[in-house]
Amino acid sequence: MKELTVISGKGGTGKTSIAASFAVLAGNHVLADCDVDAANLHLLLAPEIESRQNFWGMPRAEIVTEKCTDCGLCRELCRFGAIKGGQVDMLACEGCLVCYHACPAGAIRQVENLAGVWYISRTRYGPFVHARLGIAQDNSGKLVAEVRRQARKLAEKEGKSLIITDGPPGIGCPVISALGGTDLALVVVEPTLSSLHDLGRVLQLTEHFGVKTVVCINKWDLDRKISRQVENACRDAGVPVIGRIGYDPAVTVAAREGKPVIRVPSTVAEDIVSLWACVQKELGI
Amino acid sequence: MNICVASGKGGTGKTTVATSLALALQSEQHDVTFLDCDVEEPNGHIFINPDIREIENVFIEVPEIDHTTCTFCGKCADLCAFNALLVAGDSVITFPELCHGCGGCRYFCPAGAVRLTPKKIGTVETGAAGQLRFVRGRLEVGTALSPPLIEAAKKKIMPRGITVIDAPPGTSCPVIASVRGSDFCLLVTEPTLLGLHDLDLAVQMARHLGVPCGVVVNRAQEGWGIIHDYCRRQDLPVLLEIPLSKKIARAYARGVPLVRADKTWHDAFRQLYRAIGEMVAGEGTYCHQR
Repeated sequence: MKELTVISGKGGTGKTSIAASFAVLAGNHVLADCDVDAANLHLLLAPEIESRQNFWGMPRAEIVTEKCTDCGLCRELCRFGAIKGGQVDMLACEGCLVCYHACPAGAIRQVENLAGVWYISRTRYGPFVHARLGIAQDNSGKLVAEVRRQARKLAEKEGKSLIITDGPPGIGCPVISALGGTDLALVVVEPTLSSLHDLGRVLQLTEHFGVKTVVCINKWDLDRKISRQVENACRDAGVPVIGRIGYDPAVTVAAREGKPVIRVPSTVAEDIVSLWACVQKELGI
Repeated sequence: MNICVASGKGGTGKTTVATSLALALQSEQHDVTFLDCDVEEPNGHIFINPDIREIENVFIEVPEIDHTTCTFCGKCADLCAFNALLVAGDSVITFPELCHGCGGCRYFCPAGAVRLTPKKIGTVETGAAGQLRFVRGRLEVGTALSPPLIEAAKKKIMPRGITVIDAPPGTSCPVIASVRGSDFCLLVTEPTLLGLHDLDLAVQMARHLGVPCGVVVNRAQEGWGIIHDYCRRQDLPVLLEIPLSKKIARAYARGVPLVRADKTWHDAFRQLYRAIGEMVAGEGTYCHQR
């Protein structure tokens, strides 16, 4: 079984549009949306939810006021400044539970923390695992890991040979969680100085974790000069540019209508088809 | 006043709005700081071009085990909520990349065998472009933990003047760390189903934090009113619209701020600031209490 992970560094460069189009083109695959704190792939795939499961985050601490002797030890030990006025500030609490273990009066209890939900759905383009992190929750890296675990399980059960994963933006915890052990990272870049800057950091990240990486330039003709700079940066990093997708407002129209771009009339369909052929070659499928 | 520019969805135009707002206010002689809290992928400097004058390393404290005093009792590993320690036979393996720096292992070790050592998670860089003060956090590549770095960058906020904060995308912990304590949250979106979906998450996030918010519609187009309809239902003000334009996209591509590409935008951003000021004043005591 192979896994393709679509990432970008900078957000909004076209990860989801491209992943959704691959979903249309590929056969015998499972889809996974690992951008759990702003998941969007479901908006383009019209999923029918088959099952939903709660995702439990790390338990949080809560002070039982009646038992508290106000000794101040918890406040002193908390490295996150989360103990304020005899209460735990849930937004600052990291869930380390040092206060719970240390309290001499046993006045701190653990509270369960429903941090999100994950779903298994059917779409006309294949089975789909996706999730929704609760508002203002942490643990997005763990939810990403759960989505990937479920996608693998589903692929094994249904005899699918490929997982197409829509990854999160950035280079932090959810991205690291999305990349570990994947077979290929496809970085979607646009020809802007911002995206070029972020590409440098994302390539350092994939190199750091030893993930095979390829790049595609989306809207490449928006600024040909910067597109060349992107290509030069990739050459210097030893990473192949395997596709270029032209600028076409039809991509935005598809995002408005909630369809994979490959299913609406556009000038970029051919670009995406040839990108997909190159991705298959890189994956050896 | 601290104004945080956030979005939910990435690539909707946070940095475009934040940089132009900061530049427009600075040119009106306000005392302005631009603070880039998108520490995973900071981009504000591309538009503001600051001279960086000071670079400060930011650390968290991670455990180091003294194997001569350690009794391998396993208490540290049992207590660690982040699985950053593993006791196997007569050795303790630490995973600094999983550590959140809570210090529990050192505090509870009965043998006093845990020492905390600093691990660099990134830098906070301070500088200026003309009169505009510039601060950014930059996460070390390969580090998962960005909130402590964001907190360190926010310590550079001046008690007086205006700080425009460029937040990371999403709605989880790095965004919370950026938005928390701001006087106002400006949410930038685009009129697509994706933009609308993530705007809704961002609105819930701002409301959860008790920060008043308003909306900027980027890439606006005649006849696509889904964001306006949503804002009407939610009783949210649309404070600015930036049209879909290849010219604006090209200026952005080359790192030219909107207010420099087309000077007429100066007034729009100053008006945006005045509207925010009125909303914050309207919230009055509520904001003050925070």
